[in-house]
Amino acid sequence: MTVLFGQLFTGISIGAVLLLVALGLALTFGQMNVINMAHGEFIMAGAYTTYVLQQSITGAGLSLLVALPVAFVVAGTTGMLLEILLIRRLYARPLDTLLVTWGVSLMLQQLARDIFGSPNVQTRAPDLLTGNVAVPGGLTVANNRLFILALALAAVTALTLALRLTPLGRRIRAVVQNRDLAAVSGIPTARVDRTTFFLGSGLAGLAGVALTLLGPIGPTMGTNLIIDAFLVVVVGGIGQLKGSVIVAFALGVLQATGEYLTTLSVAKVIVFVAIVAFLQWRPQGLFTLRTRSLA
Amino acid sequence: MTLVAAVAMTACGSRTSAEGGAAGVTADVSGDTVKVGLLNSLSGTMAISEVTVRDAIMLAVEEINAAGGVLGKKIQPVGEDGASDWPTFAEKAEKLISEDRVAAVFGCWTSASRKAVKPVFEKNKALLFYPVQYEGLEQSPYIFYTGATTNQQIVPGLDYLKAQGTTSVYLVGSDYVFPRTANKIIKAYAAANGMTVVGEDYAPLGSTEFGTIVNKVKSSGAKAVFNTLNGDSNVAFFKEYKSAGLTAAAMPVVSVSIAEEEVKGIGTQYLEGQLTAWNYYQTTPGAANNRFVAAYKAKYGADKPTSDPMEAAYVSVHLWKAMVEKAGAFDVERVRGASDGITFDAPEGLVTVDGRTQHIAKTARIGRIGADGLITEVWNSGKPVAPDPYLKTYPWASGLS
Repeated sequence: MTVLFGQLFTGISIGAVLLLVALGLALTFGQMNVINMAHGEFIMAGAYTTYVLQQSITGAGLSLLVALPVAFVVAGTTGMLLEILLIRRLYARPLDTLLVTWGVSLMLQQLARDIFGSPNVQTRAPDLLTGNVAVPGGLTVANNRLFILALALAAVTALTLALRLTPLGRRIRAVVQNRDLAAVSGIPTARVDRTTFFLGSGLAGLAGVALTLLGPIGPTMGTNLIIDAFLVVVVGGIGQLKGSVIVAFALGVLQATGEYLTTLSVAKVIVFVAIVAFLQWRPQGLFTLRTRSLA
Repeated sequence: MTLVAAVAMTACGSRTSAEGGAAGVTADVSGDTVKVGLLNSLSGTMAISEVTVRDAIMLAVEEINAAGGVLGKKIQPVGEDGASDWPTFAEKAEKLISEDRVAAVFGCWTSASRKAVKPVFEKNKALLFYPVQYEGLEQSPYIFYTGATTNQQIVPGLDYLKAQGTTSVYLVGSDYVFPRTANKIIKAYAAANGMTVVGEDYAPLGSTEFGTIVNKVKSSGAKAVFNTLNGDSNVAFFKEYKSAGLTAAAMPVVSVSIAEEEVKGIGTQYLEGQLTAWNYYQTTPGAANNRFVAAYKAKYGADKPTSDPMEAAYVSVHLWKAMVEKAGAFDVERVRGASDGITFDAPEGLVTVDGRTQHIAKTARIGRIGADGLITEVWNSGKPVAPDPYLKTYPWASGLS
């Protein structure tokens, strides 16, 4: 029984990681329809930012807290530059965008190798986050997992509120729903695209900081995550945040349960089969955005 | 590395036509240099580890050249990138043998890459020196294995656990040939030695989500974990292990793929106190190792650690030189014939080539990872262990091969 609860929490925390990784993509891919293969490298940029900051700031806890906003800005700015220099010129050509951003992803990986070396680097996690808390019933819950869960939920809440309540959020939604109409209404769509890309990439940076607590920090860390992130957004439904949130947690729990009952490899197969079956049934994903757009 | 690239390019420019055939390709040793092939992944997921092996091979080549070369000829290294891709390894091996006509090739890391190039070397009757510990149960006449086979690493690791009173182990490994074979051996050993294997889990290479596996390990109540994970998975596994509240004191993990270089990438915060099984550590005492460590750091940087596979690669070049000089020729069959009994005062201690198995006798060492990221020996086999790739001298292993 204890193990089962432990597994449920493991599933939720796998979901939180998926969500954090996919959230930025839900903006750039989900809202803007840009297939950005370099999204994983923005995660990597966030992780390396944590590493660099730790070289100069003593105190693992403080450097992690500082890393959160800094990584957001570093990854966001990288993303914005990518948008300005390349993606903007390819908006009507999705396949070209895919290839170009794939190339950019390889270049960013090589850049990381040249700067930091091929081997993984280590960061020191604050002592508070390497322990665990005991929950009644003999169950322990890892602190780093709790932190990531909290961070993912905070990011989703902030993003949802921003999209709903701020003028910028309204403009983003307007552009997503009907770009032409938004443009003739006086919304500077190019600038909105840029800002959206900044936010989406910045969220990837945030995910990178969180992942230093869980996994390796190296040039190829992003590529391991990008497929899962795309899956979450596709299954969740393009243009909707809530779809991504639900799907991330559902896949997490499915993965953890499947893995507990079988093996990791088989669990992956179960998850992929479930996704394929689901998309056969609902190719548009869990939720769809209903608009009057003719596009 | 630029030097290697330049050498590789000139080698391509001046290639001679291959005239091999059934008798195999003969190496081109007509000039005042002798070419050797360096086949390692300089890109892709294995680059992390294989670049250090390439560096160690280059160090040995430079040392030998500075001392006058082999049979009066300077070694001219021809570098190729296996790109962490097994078909590429086979293709580059073919190129090194038939186009560059090298006298020997040094390299490969994963068993998958070795299995991919093995038929190429056997077809061409060319020599490969393979420097990494592996799963045993192999003995190609055209490969010299300078890393540990199972009875020089995994079996001593199990002997150590048994001596510590460990009665149950949990097996965690990556999902490919080495961990699967290693775990088959471990299970046979456990059955014969009163140890219980309470669980066995595999993660795909590159997998970084270990929540469930660590949960299973924790609830199994095992006395120790035998870890054959490779690459990035180790980072995620040890981070999870610590957050779950598991410690080296309560449930030690014995790893066979974590050397000094990997320790740096995982973090001593997570690894301190855990155990490793190898034949060499940077801290291994002895004049030969002091020289090796000093020379390596002088060439590649003071922060660069030396590790077991690097040492085995470095040793392999020196062993080849000794074999060639004993044979008095670069001819592959004569070099093989001369190999038995060749010794070298290696950084890990004296090593001896066993001509029959083409493996080398090595001292087994169990080490504990310290807070400084270095590994200190806690036990060694006392003397070099004779290689036994098919575990023929172990009755419990009779059903394995």
